[in-house]
Amino acid sequence: MNTTPNSLRNGPDDRGFFGLYGGRFVAETLMPLILELEQAYADAKADPSFEAELSALSTHYAGRPSALYYAERLTEWCREKSGGKFGAEIWFKREELNHTGSHKINNCLGQILLARRMGKTRIIAETGAGQHGVASATVSARFGLPCMVYMGAVDVERQKPNVFRMKLLGAEVTPVTSGAGTLKDAMNEALRDWVTNVADTYYLIGTAAGPHPYPAMVRDFQSVIGSETKAQFFAQKGKLPDTVVACIGGGSNAIGLFHPFLDDPSVEIVGVEAGGHGIDVENGHAASMTGGRPGVLHGNRTYLLQDGDGQILEGHSISAGLDYPGVGPEHSWLKDTGRVSYVPATDKEALEAFQVCSRLEGIIPALEPSHALAHVLKMAPTMDKDKSIVLCLSGRGDKDVFSVADHLGETM
Amino acid sequence: MTETRISRRFAECAAAGRPALVTFVMAGDPDLETSLAVAKTLAASGADVIELGMPFSDPMADGPAIQAAGQRALKGGQTMARTLDLVRRFRESDATTPIVLMGYYNPIYVRGSEAFVAEAKDAGVDGLIIVDLPPEADDELCLPALGAGLNFIRLATPTTDDRRLPAVLANTSGFVYYVSITGITGSAAPDATKVAEAVGRIKRHTGLPVAVGFGVRDAATAREIGRNADGVVVGSALVAAIAASLDADGRATAKTVPAIGTLVADLASGVRAARLAAE
Ligand SMILES: Cc1ncc(COP(=O)(O)O)c(C=O)c1O
Repeated sequence: MNTTPNSLRNGPDDRGFFGLYGGRFVAETLMPLILELEQAYADAKADPSFEAELSALSTHYAGRPSALYYAERLTEWCREKSGGKFGAEIWFKREELNHTGSHKINNCLGQILLARRMGKTRIIAETGAGQHGVASATVSARFGLPCMVYMGAVDVERQKPNVFRMKLLGAEVTPVTSGAGTLKDAMNEALRDWVTNVADTYYLIGTAAGPHPYPAMVRDFQSVIGSETKAQFFAQKGKLPDTVVACIGGGSNAIGLFHPFLDDPSVEIVGVEAGGHGIDVENGHAASMTGGRPGVLHGNRTYLLQDGDGQILEGHSISAGLDYPGVGPEHSWLKDTGRVSYVPATDKEALEAFQVCSRLEGIIPALEPSHALAHVLKMAPTMDKDKSIVLCLSGRGDKDVFSVADHLGETM
Repeated sequence: MTETRISRRFAECAAAGRPALVTFVMAGDPDLETSLAVAKTLAASGADVIELGMPFSDPMADGPAIQAAGQRALKGGQTMARTLDLVRRFRESDATTPIVLMGYYNPIYVRGSEAFVAEAKDAGVDGLIIVDLPPEADDELCLPALGAGLNFIRLATPTTDDRRLPAVLANTSGFVYYVSITGITGSAAPDATKVAEAVGRIKRHTGLPVAVGFGVRDAATAREIGRNADGVVVGSALVAAIAASLDADGRATAKTVPAIGTLVADLASGVRAARLAAE
């Protein structure tokens, strides 16, 4: 880990905190496991063979490095909107080209290798949009381990293609009906499974949240996004980008892109949360940092959507992958320090961006990064032409075509 | 720590040669008034210690029965203020039965730990069990609670090994709650032999009473577990009895309070027979 003084990249501390946020707020049954996991991860990081194995899989199985692509027509479109005077270059870090179609595979490959090192024989995971479920099912198939995916019953309905993909990959999908049947309830159920099957089970968390060491570990596995972006952008332009932008569900693709840039003060960093029906609509969005308060859930302290009595709200987003009332703790800290700005984009804006990108670039993005793109389409026309924005295109939109058709009133 | 209602009650039970019966219900399930009547009935029917659940939207360590109870309570409008009010009203007619609030940290965190422990103490609460606060997080609530004169009861589990036990026990007071299985509330009955071993192991590290919970649902199990434990905790079975007594709309009926009375009286006979059977 980087230990430069005054670096923003030194967190978490040895108790798992990023300032006020993070920590290990878990039941005693899980505590010894989490300490064991922390040790196992520290050992793996110090073992060159772990890095070598992960790197080989990333190249030959996942297809890394992912391309960094100049989205010329979108750039032109924004320039026209500004009357030709302004318009930053828009670049895509194309995580949607990875095997399984999103950035989630980066984390899953790292964690499955760790699970194997720890001698665990059963994988469990939670999923919202199903992308993490598919990635977990994929690596479990690849390594011959049984995989149980918990998915909110509402999301099972919203993301049918991914449910079937998981089954094809040999995973068992358990629909979760408790609560509102979305991602947070799936995470509760996965934690209940874990606490029951502690001896043989590895919990493969899909985002940079949960108890320490998950937020740091998932970030480390996803940081390949930002490291590649930095090198690729430099190779093409000979400088750093001016702005990097990513969508925030739990925050894993975002922290993966952001982390390598945190100590580059010239780089503006923006995280885009799910604004749903609008930030002012009570329980109508999933923007935990823009519209929430600090609290404790799922093993960490972080910004949460909650009522005045500390009950967690479900939130809403058109995108099942952003529909989570919390956010990874490092983001909460980066918000408070002011290093990263977090802004919302609404369902409607994301839907528009989804269509514009499909038509102008021939790339159907997932609804999650469509939120980030919606913000980019707002900011690019206000920036000078010699500026550049890199957007993390975290996943492809195949899984979303049915629900988008629904929203657009098309029958398929 | 000085004497508390909890330590006194465990001492009384020990003097009577039996384990304590610790009962759990959810505060406000299905409504505040019924819940108060249930609490009074628990005490009147033989419960030695009352644990009141503080309902939380995301009870990660609970099985379906207690999850449903929490949702009923929240739907009935239960809040932390009302839970403290419930304790205050219970105390008007019962000055001796210990009350322990059990739940998750967030509803406390948003009130502020210092403010919460002061309010709880003032309302007549004796102890706290907070599932998602391990000893590593003692500065969050445990130390403020001890400072306010509340007991902080820690959970020890089958995964808490001898190396870790001292840390778990360090700031524990009142009693130790041994979770008999790795799992969520309402799971299968524990293996009595393994539980006895674990209780013995914990007792080598502490002079505090050890109560055993998770999976105890009837008088026979209570009796068996109570042979070696200083207390037996019953939760899901009581909460399920409440659920079974409700009408189709989830409202309390004339059967609700008596159902609890009958079940607790039976459990109480179980703990009272625990040591006789061993003799
Ligand atoms: C394509 C895609 N992007 C982003 C996310 C949000 O997750 P995170 O914020 O952890 O990157 C998801 C989650 O399902 C996703 O599928």
